Order: sequence, then C-alpha cells, then structure tokens
Amino acid sequence: MTNNKKNKLALTGGYAVAYALRQIEPDVMPIYPITPQTPIIETYAKFVADGEVMTEMIEVESEHSAMSAAIGASAAGARTATATSSQGLAYMHEMLYIASGMRLPILMVVAARALSAPLSIHGDHSDVMGSRDAGWVQIFCENPQEVYDKTIIGMKLAERVGLPVMVIMDGFNTSHSVENLEILDAKLVKKFIGEYLPEHSLLDIENPVTYGPVALQESYFEFKIDQEEAMAKVAEEYLKISREYEKISGRKYGFFEEYRLEDAEKVLVLIGSVAGTAKDAVDELRKKGEKVGLIKIELFRQFPFAKIANALKNAKEIIVMDRAQSIGSHPPLYSEIMVGLRDRSDMKISSIIYGLGGRDVFKKQFENILEGKFDNKYLI
Amino acid sequence: MNKNLSKHLAPGHSACAGCAFPSIVRTILGEATTPVVISNATGCLEVTSTIYPYTAWNVPYIHSAFENAAATISGVERAYLAMKKKGKIKKKIKFVVFGGDGGTYDIGLQSLSGALERGHDFLYVCYDNGGYMNTGNQRSSATPYGAGTETTPLGKESFGKVETRKSLMEIVAAHRISYAAQANVSNLADLKTKAKKALSVSGPSFLLVFSPCTNNWKFPTSQYVAISKLASETNFWPLYEIENGKYKLNFEPKTLKPVAEFLKTQGRFKHLFSEKNKLVLGQIQKKVNSEFAKIASLCGLL
Repeated sequence: MTNNKKNKLALTGGYAVAYALRQIEPDVMPIYPITPQTPIIETYAKFVADGEVMTEMIEVESEHSAMSAAIGASAAGARTATATSSQGLAYMHEMLYIASGMRLPILMVVAARALSAPLSIHGDHSDVMGSRDAGWVQIFCENPQEVYDKTIIGMKLAERVGLPVMVIMDGFNTSHSVENLEILDAKLVKKFIGEYLPEHSLLDIENPVTYGPVALQESYFEFKIDQEEAMAKVAEEYLKISREYEKISGRKYGFFEEYRLEDAEKVLVLIGSVAGTAKDAVDELRKKGEKVGLIKIELFRQFPFAKIANALKNAKEIIVMDRAQSIGSHPPLYSEIMVGLRDRSDMKISSIIYGLGGRDVFKKQFENILEGKFDNKYLI
Repeated sequence: MNKNLSKHLAPGHSACAGCAFPSIVRTILGEATTPVVISNATGCLEVTSTIYPYTAWNVPYIHSAFENAAATISGVERAYLAMKKKGKIKKKIKFVVFGGDGGTYDIGLQSLSGALERGHDFLYVCYDNGGYMNTGNQRSSATPYGAGTETTPLGKESFGKVETRKSLMEIVAAHRISYAAQANVSNLADLKTKAKKALSVSGPSFLLVFSPCTNNWKFPTSQYVAISKLASETNFWPLYEIENGKYKLNFEPKTLKPVAEFLKTQGRFKHLFSEKNKLVLGQIQKKVNSEFAKIASLCGLL
C-alpha cells in the first residue's frame, strides 16, 4: 500500500507535529505550555475541541506533572504523547529517568531551546543535550517534513523497543518556520502505527502488577543493564521502521544524512535545522572544486558510532558543529565523534559551538569554516 | 491473617511493628466496592511494600516519584477514560493515592492541587506522621509546633519546631471538592465510614489520617492506637468531615483532656516538660484550643 493521495500543505514544524499526532491519535496527552512548543498543544487542543480525535488531554499544572501523568497513562496501557521545550524539559528531568527506567513507550516532541540563566526563549540544543543520558531514544529533525515523518516513526519505534522516544526539532528555526510538506493519508498512518498492545497494564485488574518497586544492591544494576540492552537494539529497529515508512512515504531516513560525502576530504558534522544553510555552503565550495561534504546526525541515541566512522573513512579533516556546550568538558556531539574516531590519529578533528540562544548562522560563515578561514571555538 | 483484610495489601510487607499505615490502607481499601488501582508517593509505605522481586500489593500499583503521586494517578485515570470510550474496558475502577505528609503537604502539594482542580475521579489519602520519617525524622510542614526532629533539634537556643502546622484540610477544602475528611487510625469505625463516603464520590475526594510513627515519635510499638486515641481526646486531632462544603464534627471527647496527656507519651515532646519550656507547653495548648474553635465554628457548634 502506498500513499496515493499526495497532500501538500504549508505548515510550521509545530503544526506538522500536531498533524502527525492527529493521525496517530494517542489515547492520552498530558500538556503544559512553553515557548516554542506551545503551537503543538494548542493546535491539538483544537482538534480535540472539534471532536476530530478521541484523545484524553490532561491540562496539567507543570511539566513535571506532564511527564508524571504520561508515566501513569503509559503504565496504564495507553498510547501516550506529550511535547515540551527548554525549562520544561529540565523540570521533567527527574521523570525522564523514571519513564525510561519503567520502559514506557512515551513519545515526546521537543522544540529545542536554550536554558536559563540568562533567560532565552530561542533555539539551541542545551535542553535536549542535557537529557542525553536519561535513557531516551533521541531523533533529531532538520525541517517540518522530517518532524512530521519522525513523529510517526518515533511513536512506532517507542512501542517496538519499549523505550521512550524524543523527537527533536530546533525551536523557532523549525518549530515556527513554514514549509511545504507532504502529509500522508490518515488511514495509511493508522495502519502503519497499528494498535498498541501493552505487555502489562495497570488497568488489567485480573493480573495486577507493581510498577516502580525498590531495587536494592543485588538487583538495581541488572535493571540498568537491561535498559542498555534495550537501547542497543534501537538503531536496528529504527532502520527497519524507517524502511517500512519509506514504502508508504517515499522518504528515506537513516542514522544520519550524508551530503556530497563520496570523495570529501573536509567534512562538517552537525545536527538539525542548520544543515540547510551548511549544505548551501558545501555546494558553493564544490563549485570551486573543493572536496567538501557534510554529515547531519539524525539518530543521536542510540548513537551510531561504527556507521559514522565508516562514512568518514576517507575524510582527512572533520569539523564538528555543536549547538550546545558541556561546560568544563568538550561539547556533546564533538565528544561522541571523538570517541567514534578514536583510532584515527591521522585525522584532524575540530570543534565549533554555534547558535546558542538563537544566534543566527550564515552561509558565508560556513564557507569560511570550510575554507579554513575561521579559527575560533565559537561561531559568533 | 484475615483474608478480607489482606485482600489489597498482603502480609509480608516490612513496615515497623507498631506502624499505623497498614491498618489505614487496609481499612480504607476494605471499603472499596469496585476494583482499585493504587498510586503511591515515595516514602515508608512504598519502600516497605515493594522491595523487588517482592510486592505486598495484590492490586495494580504504581510508584513513580516523591512529589507526583497525584499527577501520576491523573494519567492512569485518563487512560482509563480513554479505554472506556473505546469500549476496551467496561468495569468501574476506582483510583486511590497514598502519600505521607512530606509527599503531600510539602513536595507534592502542587501536584495534589492540580489533580484536585482538574477533578479526576480519585481518592487521595495522606497518612500524616508529621515529618519525613522514611529519611529519619526531619521536619515537614505537618510537624507540630514544639516537636524535636533531626532538622529542628533541641539545643541551647531551640525547643524544636517553631512554626505551626500547615492546615492542609483548608487548602484541600479551597478546591471545593465534594468530600474531604480528617480521620484517625484509632477510630476505625469512623475511618470506614469516611472511606466509604470518599470512595463513593464521583470526582476527587481526600482523607487526612493520623498515623503515629513509633521510631521517630519515640514510643513503644504497642502504644500506637492508645496514642492516636489521645490525639483525638485532647482535640489535638479533631475528627471532622467536609461534605459538599458542609463541615461536620464526627467526634467529641466525653471528657476533654489537656494536650499534655498526648504530648507526654512521645519522646519527640519530652523536652517540653522541663521547667525551661513551660511557656511552649502553654502555647501548644492555646494553639490546640484556637484551632479546634475554628473547626467547631465551621461545624456550626460555636
């Protein structure tokens, strides 16, 4: 079955998420407003108000309670989704570990935004990078089309692997930018997602289960190893589901996107919406005969180390672009790439931090970087 | 053990001898006429009933964190509504939360308020032992004035906690829920009646139950019922209910005893009986009198 009805719509990233969620139609969605995520929940609330979906929305009093309610709903066997940004994600941090520790397939879309202080409502990856060790699958998106597609893929992946999934777009750059994208036929999405049949449920009165016990020294460690083993299967399952999705959408997703990489000697490695501008810069330099290329990371957790190392086997120089810091250490993506390429002493790998608090990045800056005319840790 | 009593919470939990909450949990759940699902805040009840790979719970149970038992049940309850709408579940299920005073008065107050305001169909039970007992007796906003705890220790300049207990009942009542009541583990007949009412309400209901802690209040394990009884006989812990906004006093002591009778049974108040703290003891009696007068007035008795 393929998508016969080509339905093109001009949507922001936020609306694209809401449209995908309308087609998924979760059983429960706890919601709490925060910029720049709010358009997602407002749009969805209108779908509920118009009777277009049967979802139970819970207008909770904080993000901490949003994730707590999501945990309760998911443990009760409900297909569960929510969305947040920035301080909201930081506020639910405690509950992120509990969601993943209980192996609950919650889907959360994050419009990534800077963290206070000082206060900034604009985009960067500080919030989601702060959650990178919380046991959640993390999938990054470049544009509204990817956000729509990966929201659907993410829901299916969560339920397949029994882990919570974070689908991430850049706050404002993607969440508020309008782009023409293709929406699949609703029935096709429903069929793709399928029915959620939980292994256990709090509502299964005849088979009572205890969620969230105390684990002492002789059992806690094993729980944590189990979680890691579940995550170890994520990349493979993500690829399988992406292939299934390609069959209905014609759009192909992998662990990362390779752009003009075949003979590239100098390669940019980055994440998210900035890829569009960076690709333009790569094209510009290719016109001049420079052997440059780009890798845009999509699956950040589970991190595809071996595949990235393989894709970069012919590169001589790598510039890793992070939109977050790890103050006192190296930025997150750079650290991952360094680990992935630890055997490549022949390769020059450098790090640049860009776009904190919504700072704009321009094509010319990428050209300078690729031409070796930029020598600074920060792209300011 | 009586099979009916252990229907929900089985024997084999590891609560201290002389702890009140097993009776509280069993008495309340014993009044349920439908299946129940439990959400529990982090605390003694949780750690003594769910040590992996064992569980004392014969009914579906979730513990997620300390401050969010009410938010957690919100999700469970809405999941139930979603399943019911889709015809996947037909049975009536009741949702019950258990939390201590730390998890309710303090860190969980926001989550409780949110859930009450949203009107979920659930009963919230706070077993109040007046402090953070699971972490070894630190003061909470439910700790009584004058009590010695590990964070309000006695010293040359200190007689224990200097602040008055927070009135959680008033805060809960301000949410205009249909049923809220203050009960005591020493009066199971009253607790049963209240549990029955609270469980029959559609929407949120609330029970605040007096729950002595043998370890940290420092009294012999055999004494928890006797001490609880004194709490109500001295008006330290009046028994009353708020039904659709109407207050009703459920117990009046035949002979009202001075609060000192209650205080002297516990090590946490021992210091109040020294000459130095005579005034503090007097203050406590005044506070009990004025608090009771407020409640009596709300009940239309003054």
